[in-house]
Amino acid sequence: MKGFAAGFGCLAALTLPACSSVQSALAPEGDTARAILQLFLLFVVVCTAVFVVVMASLLVAIVRRRAAAVDPVLRPDPAEERRMAWIIGAGVAATVIILTIFTFASFLTNKSFAEPRPHGLTIKVTGHQWWWQVNYEAHDASQTFETANEIHIPVGQPVKLDFESPDVIHSFWVPNLAGKQDLIPGRYTTLTVKADKPGIFRGQCAEYCGIQHAHMAMYVVAQNQSDFERWRAQQLKSAEAPSNADLGHGQQVFQSSACAMCHTIGGTNAGGQVGPDLTHFGSRMTIAAGTARNSMGNLTGWIADPQRMKPYTRMPAVALTGPDLIAVSHYLESLK
Amino acid sequence: MSAAAERLRDTDIGEPELEARLVDIWKTPRGFFGWLSSVDHQQIALRYIVTAFFFMALAGIGAVLMRLQLATPDAHVLGPDRYDQLFTMHGSTMMFLFAVPIMEAFAVYLVPLMIGTRNVAFPRLNAFGFWLYLFGGLFLWCCFFSNNGPDVGWFSYTPLSLTQYNVGHRADFWAQMITYTEVSGLAVAVEIIVTTFKMRAPGMSLERIPIFVWGSLVTAFMILFAMPSVMVASTMLILDREVNTHFFDVALGGDNILFQHLFWFFGHPEVYFIFIPATAFVSSIIPTFARRPMFGQAAVVLSLIATAFLSFGLWVHHMFVTGLPRLGESFFTASSMAIAVPSGIQIFCWIATLWSGRPVFRTPLLFVLGFIFNFVIGGLTGVMVASVPIDTQVHDTYFVVAHFHYVLIGGSVFPLIAAVYYWFPKVSGRMLSETLGRWNFWIAFVGFNVAFFPMHILGLEGMPRRIYTYSADMPWGPLNFLSTVGAVIFALSFLLLLWNMIRSGLHGEAAGPNPWDGDTLEWATPSPPPPQNFTRIPVVTGAAPVWENREALPVIAGMSAGKREILVSTLTEAEPDVRETSPEPSIWPLFAAIAVGVTFLWSIYTPWAIVYGAIPIAVTLTGWFWPKNTTEDES
Amino acid sequence: MKTRVVLNVAPLPENAFGSRTLTWWGTIAFMSLEGMGFALAAGAYLYLRVLQPSWPMNIPPPDLLPGTLVTILLLISAVPNYFLEHWARAYDIGKVRIGVVVMTLLGIAPLVVRAFEFPALRERWDTDAYGSITWFLLGLHTTHLLTDVGDTIVLAVLLVTRHGEVPKRFTDVSDNAAYWYFVVLSWLPIYFVLYWLPRIG
Repeated sequence: MKGFAAGFGCLAALTLPACSSVQSALAPEGDTARAILQLFLLFVVVCTAVFVVVMASLLVAIVRRRAAAVDPVLRPDPAEERRMAWIIGAGVAATVIILTIFTFASFLTNKSFAEPRPHGLTIKVTGHQWWWQVNYEAHDASQTFETANEIHIPVGQPVKLDFESPDVIHSFWVPNLAGKQDLIPGRYTTLTVKADKPGIFRGQCAEYCGIQHAHMAMYVVAQNQSDFERWRAQQLKSAEAPSNADLGHGQQVFQSSACAMCHTIGGTNAGGQVGPDLTHFGSRMTIAAGTARNSMGNLTGWIADPQRMKPYTRMPAVALTGPDLIAVSHYLESLK
Repeated sequence: MSAAAERLRDTDIGEPELEARLVDIWKTPRGFFGWLSSVDHQQIALRYIVTAFFFMALAGIGAVLMRLQLATPDAHVLGPDRYDQLFTMHGSTMMFLFAVPIMEAFAVYLVPLMIGTRNVAFPRLNAFGFWLYLFGGLFLWCCFFSNNGPDVGWFSYTPLSLTQYNVGHRADFWAQMITYTEVSGLAVAVEIIVTTFKMRAPGMSLERIPIFVWGSLVTAFMILFAMPSVMVASTMLILDREVNTHFFDVALGGDNILFQHLFWFFGHPEVYFIFIPATAFVSSIIPTFARRPMFGQAAVVLSLIATAFLSFGLWVHHMFVTGLPRLGESFFTASSMAIAVPSGIQIFCWIATLWSGRPVFRTPLLFVLGFIFNFVIGGLTGVMVASVPIDTQVHDTYFVVAHFHYVLIGGSVFPLIAAVYYWFPKVSGRMLSETLGRWNFWIAFVGFNVAFFPMHILGLEGMPRRIYTYSADMPWGPLNFLSTVGAVIFALSFLLLLWNMIRSGLHGEAAGPNPWDGDTLEWATPSPPPPQNFTRIPVVTGAAPVWENREALPVIAGMSAGKREILVSTLTEAEPDVRETSPEPSIWPLFAAIAVGVTFLWSIYTPWAIVYGAIPIAVTLTGWFWPKNTTEDES
Repeated sequence: MKTRVVLNVAPLPENAFGSRTLTWWGTIAFMSLEGMGFALAAGAYLYLRVLQPSWPMNIPPPDLLPGTLVTILLLISAVPNYFLEHWARAYDIGKVRIGVVVMTLLGIAPLVVRAFEFPALRERWDTDAYGSITWFLLGLHTTHLLTDVGDTIVLAVLLVTRHGEVPKRFTDVSDNAAYWYFVVLSWLPIYFVLYWLPRIG
């Protein structure tokens, strides 16, 4: 027993350095992910035991005995054959029992969170090549808003995510909170998540969706109720008006160049629907669907040459002079 | 051949003359034209095996390149386009151009020998299937080398593989490669079934059929019923892309999940096309090295059959996160778990055989032991991914990549290498080096586990599949690096195998007919076997014909010594029934394969190719079946 | 290995019919895989149908006349097919020659009517998924019909040459007749799916 614990400890020690809680199914922060991890640990313990037993019997089978025989045994001893048959029968019975337990445990775990749960918030997530469009729904149209690649949810409440995809199959996966769900063109899928406590959880598209599938991440930010309300209220507002000439110039460059053809900034003339909504771009943690931190340096680099950070991205390089580029970037960062 | 010569029987002449005449009748004509027109199952099987290993090497190099790209975060070894082509080519090649063909090829080589006959049932179809496979594989890799390789993943989901989401004809190349290899695979399956049913040596009733032959038969049946599904899927994909059908066009009544159902209805049994023959290798090797017949032979055979049936009921477990109804998904959890039972029975029987036998440790057995270790791990992670909740976390992550490599490499390639060490002496007449074999095993075993075990952890830690790079902010670097080191080591083990084969092929110790003292009929004939396999067809009186007939093998007389003749026997009891003539070498299968191959290729560019191509296909097929002045058709 | 003779197979025949031959089993194997293909295509039809509120999507069901005519022709053809098989087993070269010509004509006739069946579907393959799957199903069966008629024609030609009267040729005729039954029988469920399911469902 001690040896077993020591062995397990060694295994943990070997894997722990590589263990981190970012985007990890091993670090659940939501009820679904926790239930899955518990089920998984049950499987790991039982399967490890099975592995040990089978390997031990194999080991004994090959090291036990025996004088080498030159001639093969054509008619093995019937008593030994019968004994082995019973043992194998027991092994098969044990296998069936274990698998039945596994099947039921899986069914029960699945049932516990797969049923539609009463939820407060509904968020529509639309997958695009290669970013996430996020629409907060509400009965009252004036309470709806759009953002991209970053989803805020209140802690402790089930939040329903409704999925759509207008192009190819994507998969929404935030392992800290729940298993994944595919976004399939022509079909509606859904996932309910509930975060236990505040935190920032990274997720990533988990169905190969084309050349920049690797750079289609998103963040789910769980906040306590008051922080969430504050965030939501801010998101409902139109974009911050420019507070100085530099920002004003940035806004003007944005609206008059190709930017406005693809992006929307609420309250301005920019109404493009092709790319992410940028109304509160400055409040987001990352750019280009989680590819880089949202900083002036990264932003100017991205706008000047999107292909460098994300080759084959759909965003074209917009030719801007140096000062214009800085102004636009300043302006976007000001959109909190 | 004069009429009198044709009527010559083996009872009319003495043994040495009989042997010489049969070699002359059954051999492939010399020269390049003769080589092209071969219908000899041994030659065709070996061509398949060499070609399959060649494709494996290409796909393996692709894998090492991908591992180099992933060894460190944000690496620049490969860009996204090349990477995406590589993972598609790696998967497609390993599955369609290596694993399934090589398992079928071993069956084509071994089944006639193990059942005591001289060739497969349809030798020209066999040749045709090989050429088509060769053309399909070469075609696909030529596309890749011209930067036009498919980049949609080896299962090519729609809509990503529809015209508007990818460049040029890449997805068409994938879909047509499927057509080539499926026709080839089906051809071999038909041959194996008919050969096994009707050409067994007299006395080889059902319970005396070697486990390997059962495994090949069961696999052939699975192929027969599963491959049409991927044919339908890939044909519908090409039709959507080329002639504007709407099978997968959601706006006009199509559905993307239809593609997934059709693909995985094939795709799940497909992994058993690879795994069941591997278990069949193991069931051949263990008795020989345990020095006793397989414990529970009937149970093992029934397990193979059960696995084959069950494998058709699992496919939805590849689709657990597509939003299908929960109750239906749970059914597939149950069936996916259930298939562990027959696999478990086999493992228990293997261990029991070793336990009660007297093991002799040679390289084939080492690889079998490594297989058991690796496959149990792979099977257990399989049970994990069979569970819907667990799968929602690990689907499409490196956990699944680890699982399937454990069952495909650990569970199928290890037995394949064991089979190579085991039957190389039969094929070549020389033994492979035991010392090099042990090095091969340990390097492969260590390399493989170091490469793939860390992937379980990477998947649980959030690393999805099919990403060409990852950020340094993620903690995946160290384990990826370790995995790459393992991959390189594992790749080196294949170089060692190749070196062993070349060196031993040239200078190895002479093997003799039965170097391992095996119990099945292929060991009753010289190494390498003569073109006719057996100078006299054996008569089988038990399940271990070689062990049971040490002094002299019972054989039949009365077969022709003037033309190619095989014995057809009854289905269950294998009573001798009819003496049929076996086809002679012919160039028509090659011509037909060219006609079919060109038509398939051309049809990517225009649907009219089917119409135009039908003419040369009809001509070559008519030429194929048109009787010559040869004895086969005039009897 | 040393050998000892225990059995003499010289008295066995060199030609046989049906399940005693390799080609018969090969034919059955091909029927199985092709039948599976049909079943999967029909399955795809049903699958797509279940997804749609109305089926056919925008048009009435296919016109019954050509398809029913084809069905009748195929069913009728089963009769001479039966006799042809019988004559082949009797090695009756005269009757077999006539029979194969009759079967050739009875194979071409449905092919001609089949040409009218495609437009009777009322929609092109590229109009919507209904058009695609109906053309696909009909196309699959047509391919089988074409290849079997092709086979029959080649056999008919062979039978009038010097290769005609060898025993193996009679086995070929018998196998070809067996395959013709498959072409006829596999059509019936497809006929039902294409023409009657939209009318009763």
